Amino acid sequence: MNKIQLLILLLISIVAGNSQAAVKIEHWQTNAGSRVYFVENHDLPMLDVNVAFPAGSARNTPSNAGLAGVTLHMMNLGAGGMNEEDITNAFADIGAEKGGALDVDQASLSLRTLTSEQDQALAIFNKILHQPDFPQAVLNREKTRIIAGIQEAQTQPDSIANNAFMHALYGAHPYSLPEAGEVETINAITREDLQQFYQQYYTAKSAVIALIGDMTQAQARAIADKISAGLPQTPAIGPIPTVSLPTAANEQKIDHPASQAHILLGYPGIKRGDADYFPLYVGNYILGGGGFVSRLTEEVREKRGLVYSVYSYFMPMAELGPFQIGLQTKKEQANEALTVVNDTLADFIKNGVTEAELKAAKSNITGGFPMRLDSNRKILSYIAMIGFYQLPLTYLDDFNQQVNQVTAAQIQDAFNRRIHSNHFVSVIVGAE
Amino acid sequence: MFKSALLVLFLASPAMALAATQAQEFQLDNGLKLIVKEDHRSPVVVSQVWYQTGALDEVNGKTGVAHLLEHMMFKGTKAVPAGQFSREIAAAGGKENAFTGMDYTCYFQQLEKSHLPLAFRLEADRMANLVITEEAFAKEIQVVMEERRWRTEDKPQSKVNEQFQAMAYHAHPYGRPVVGFMNDLENMTAADAQEWYQHWYAPNNATVVVVGDIKAAEVLALAKQYFGPLKPKALPARKPQVEPVQMGTRRAVVKAPGKLPYLVIGFHTPTIQSKRSLQNNHAKSGQPTVKDWEPYALDVLAGVLSGNASARLNQSLVRERAIAVEVGAGYDSASRGQLSLFELVGTPSEGKTVQELELALLAEIEQIKQHGVTQAELNRVKAAVIAADVYERDSMFYQGMKIGQMATMGYDWRLSQTYPEQLKAITSKQVQAVAQQYLTEDNMTVATLAPQALDPDAKPAGKPHMH
Repeated sequence: MNKIQLLILLLISIVAGNSQAAVKIEHWQTNAGSRVYFVENHDLPMLDVNVAFPAGSARNTPSNAGLAGVTLHMMNLGAGGMNEEDITNAFADIGAEKGGALDVDQASLSLRTLTSEQDQALAIFNKILHQPDFPQAVLNREKTRIIAGIQEAQTQPDSIANNAFMHALYGAHPYSLPEAGEVETINAITREDLQQFYQQYYTAKSAVIALIGDMTQAQARAIADKISAGLPQTPAIGPIPTVSLPTAANEQKIDHPASQAHILLGYPGIKRGDADYFPLYVGNYILGGGGFVSRLTEEVREKRGLVYSVYSYFMPMAELGPFQIGLQTKKEQANEALTVVNDTLADFIKNGVTEAELKAAKSNITGGFPMRLDSNRKILSYIAMIGFYQLPLTYLDDFNQQVNQVTAAQIQDAFNRRIHSNHFVSVIVGAE
Repeated sequence: MFKSALLVLFLASPAMALAATQAQEFQLDNGLKLIVKEDHRSPVVVSQVWYQTGALDEVNGKTGVAHLLEHMMFKGTKAVPAGQFSREIAAAGGKENAFTGMDYTCYFQQLEKSHLPLAFRLEADRMANLVITEEAFAKEIQVVMEERRWRTEDKPQSKVNEQFQAMAYHAHPYGRPVVGFMNDLENMTAADAQEWYQHWYAPNNATVVVVGDIKAAEVLALAKQYFGPLKPKALPARKPQVEPVQMGTRRAVVKAPGKLPYLVIGFHTPTIQSKRSLQNNHAKSGQPTVKDWEPYALDVLAGVLSGNASARLNQSLVRERAIAVEVGAGYDSASRGQLSLFELVGTPSEGKTVQELELALLAEIEQIKQHGVTQAELNRVKAAVIAADVYERDSMFYQGMKIGQMATMGYDWRLSQTYPEQLKAITSKQVQAVAQQYLTEDNMTVATLAPQALDPDAKPAGKPHMH
């Protein structure tokens, strides 16, 4: 065992000591003002494009919650005179895959295509980005579908818990708004709302274009220019308001007939690029992020058999994203499980981590670095993130070093300063 | 759905030819199979150990034991005590987990490439030396019951699917849930887990699949070093199991808390014939002969119905007629049990009933029975397969999954390579023929969800799982 550990450490230091760049990221700005991030890779005859806008659900208000999501969704359902059927068929004819994602900060559209089909794939992709038609009949139908989904979600314990948690955690801040919207707010959305939201937030100046795959830099420049030039040439988007921290504990119990209680606990956590990011990230690996080897899993699952899953994570966002602990357990033992979680967290914050735990955490995080970058899809998501949050281009190159520099004292200090467990938000759906 | 094909060599570019090499298969003297696919795009390796055992091999009263044993496999051996397996993998920067299905149980690690020996050492150890204590079992069975509550008890659609499978298969083990019935979990013992381990965990019942930045010859040498010394076992006889031919529509309703109804319709269909079933073909009494192209035609049919958002079901029932808020079709062309269900699923729109949606779905099938499908529709299904051929190679894990699944289901994993060609050869007439033959009223099973309004003041009626 000791010999093996030594060998592992030697190998890790070789990997970590490698001064070669992890990924060669090219970065530039288009004439229309979009930031571009590009990784050239000719291993597979395909390419991926992701275009992100600061058009997430936090751009909405309580009276138009869901507008960001409906806008993104509707962009695919009619553009440049092509109807929804034509658009999907045109992608399907060439095996191209169109994707999209929404969170509180951003809305993004993505495309994966064979190199041989890229011209046609990009032509349709650009229509969606540049000329969404937002057809009225389609909007009416989709509103009905979205409302049906919201009503169903309102009966399911995991969705009930998530919505209540975000609401209690963020109060009046727009991070509290449900991404899907509410029945009343979806009902009220008009075609003009979509057009206006698109014009205001899908701007060339705020767009972040990430590309990876089988293309030269010259080709990537041409693709990015074309994407950028056709977007609304409206002003760049301002920041999201800052988050106020809770000043008192807030516990909510919500009845539900499910056999398990769904429990969420947390506090506003960190921003992208936060000075405390690495101590909190490494510390959380030890607390509840490290799969089968975390303290929460050990205490709640391994020692006591109380849950199938218990976890904690930081979700860094443009402003303070949530620090969240979650678990599900049969309702008769919810209080017992919750006590174990609270005790584990209290001990963690009070006494910090051991040197052995810290060493094991660093060993896993740095040793696992190659797996963060072992596919085009993963690299694309990193460069899109680096671009959107304007992290240093050396973020990936510096990652292991940043992790290795974290000390036990820094972890304890950061958790004590940032995570005030006496002001926690907790939500229990299906409590006894 | 079985999407396919691994290997297209792009000889135009030397870099691409290097990136994609043929997988190689070996067998050790103790019967262990090893399949290695070199992929040099990143300095990482995926190691998967596939056992040819799953819920398919379980008997009544002990459902869920395959999955329970998968959990127990993390509970330690004499040489590697409880928790150490995960700690060693974590210390090497690795990710690990396991999953159990009807047909197989798979354990995997993803590691920086130099750590493959660690994965092999630990997997070989627990293949032969697992220790199951009463104490560890007592805790883990509670964990598994929580998993069942989370996956099935509190998820209305999962409950419908469980009922649906049980109704579609009266005799065959595919009618039972992988996670097990709650009653069986409550009555399971450490001895049941031990028995399962003794029966099925042996090198001659395992396939090791490795994908990554490694040399096949070196992986073979490592496999001989770590797995080579393990002794093979006499495996229990696997009796042929067939599902009696269905003689009429079967129906069930499931009530659960929720807002939206849900509908599943299934038809018994054949799969691609495995090596074993081709040998045993005459042993199956009363089963109709399957033509080689039929499973491919069924796969094309699923693609034409719901391969993309403009495919027939979504275009017609969601977009044009707004009968449904969600629809889909699915079919698995491969399984170890050599049985499959062609499924249609959907959620009716507000104001529409599951009966209306059922009729509308069946009317779409009738259209194809009468008129076939268009060339443009066939071309789209083929385009998806050709593109998937390339896209899949972006994920080493997925490449390993496909090889391991096929091998463990009893197929030659090279079948993946001919899959696109087989699919491309399918005609409209053949799609029409399988729809006519298999998607019939007498061969149909229908399960629906009747959602029950949530009353926040009501306490749950009865507590069926009190301890």
